Amino acid sequence: MVWQSLDIRRRSATTTPMPQARESTEVAKLIDISQCIGCKACQVACMEWNDLRQEVGYCVGVYDNPPDLTAKAWTVMRFTELENDGRLEWLIRKDGCMHCQDPGCLKACPAPGAIVQYANGIVEFHQEHCIGCGYCLTGCPFNIPRLSDQDHKAYKCSLCSDRVAVGQVPACIKTCPTGALHFGSKEDMKEHAEQRIADLKSRGFTNAGLYDPPGVGGTHVMYVLQHADRPEWYAGLPQDPAINPLVEVWKGWTKPLAIGVMAAGVLASLIHYVMKGPNEISKETEKEVENETRPE
Amino acid sequence: MRRDPNDLDRYTASERVTHWIVGISFILAGLSGLALFHPAFWPFTMLFGSSTWTRILHPWFGVVMAVVFLLMVLQFWKLNTMGKVDWQWLGRIREMVSGDDQNMPEQGKYNGGQKLLFWLLVLGTVLLFVSGIALWRAWFHFPVEQVRWAAVVHAATAAVMIGLIMLHVYASIWVRSTIRAMWYGTVTRAWARQHHRAWYRQVTGIDK
Repeated sequence: MVWQSLDIRRRSATTTPMPQARESTEVAKLIDISQCIGCKACQVACMEWNDLRQEVGYCVGVYDNPPDLTAKAWTVMRFTELENDGRLEWLIRKDGCMHCQDPGCLKACPAPGAIVQYANGIVEFHQEHCIGCGYCLTGCPFNIPRLSDQDHKAYKCSLCSDRVAVGQVPACIKTCPTGALHFGSKEDMKEHAEQRIADLKSRGFTNAGLYDPPGVGGTHVMYVLQHADRPEWYAGLPQDPAINPLVEVWKGWTKPLAIGVMAAGVLASLIHYVMKGPNEISKETEKEVENETRPE
Repeated sequence: MRRDPNDLDRYTASERVTHWIVGISFILAGLSGLALFHPAFWPFTMLFGSSTWTRILHPWFGVVMAVVFLLMVLQFWKLNTMGKVDWQWLGRIREMVSGDDQNMPEQGKYNGGQKLLFWLLVLGTVLLFVSGIALWRAWFHFPVEQVRWAAVVHAATAAVMIGLIMLHVYASIWVRSTIRAMWYGTVTRAWARQHHRAWYRQVTGIDK
């Protein structure tokens, strides 16, 4: 759904500029991992608001439930039991789309308009334009999008763009009982994170910090981490995520170059034909061979 | 149907049918692939019913192409083994392209250029098939790092293959009376003597 208040700033498989005239405030979700208790209320709120019902599965032996993101589970809690300096730490990370400022999914998508980024930074999939190729899974540095077995469309967190468009906070934020989830302008969220980080540092978490990776231009979902120097401790959060160089090669300048070379090939053939003419057997040769070989 | 009893047989019916199945599936895979390759070619999706149908059909075109091309390779590989004379021919390809082919080294059923093209197409088809399997998410699940490699290999190989086939098509248009060999199987004696003299002598027994 396209809302007037949500100008589309980037559009997949589109080579001309998008609307730029209206200014918009960049938004962000801040996930303060130090305040998360892993209650999964946000998972439930996400299902409720987005009308998603992931099929009931099985306990896989840990608290993660469902054990992975799916086309119908756009956010999941990932639980990590960490033994650090002889102390047990229970790290609980709410996983889901990071809404990169430079989205690898959008870059990889071949279907015009199937993935868009709004001026406020939200990256959204428009499933009616999705062809189900899964290139977004190939482009994503965070392993987020999922192809549905049911309809072969790709799905992920929309940051409740429909709620944000009308001035509401995303459903997960609305429901969080501990105040671990915050939503607002990206600037405000960074400011709030600063306070949280200062508090964590005063309580001995000297490496506390904000996760807003510059490799993808920053993200519109940020984490406050107790151990910002070791993001991989949080169920494999990437240390320095960026769009993979192979994806850049695949989707970069090589494509116009290849098209140019192919077009040049067609043009060269035409010019060759015009300059040299057809490679034909002369009438005389035809006759000569005819006379020599035609049985009487 | 034989138009002139004096003409020489170049391709059997089964060779021709195999060639055209590969050719048509290459064009279909090429058009549907280009649609996904760059937005400039997105309108090609309309040829296949819809953009989603393009995504569904493209790999199947590729499978048909690869499997039937395998049959073609079995039919033709022996005729395409490269020898010394083929490299000599390739070394003098400038003369050929400039239209001055009177003094080119004598060629058998295929010239060095055709043989090299054959092996490049074999290599290209193998690369396209293997990388295409990795990209085919409807059926296969490979680690994302391998899929990324496959995406680069598939797109690059396809671009080269399209270039090679354009060359193949142009050569058959440029050298007159060539396409009929693939339509109904025969060539004139003059054509054979001019372009493939060693083959001409071999099939006619005429030492000239």
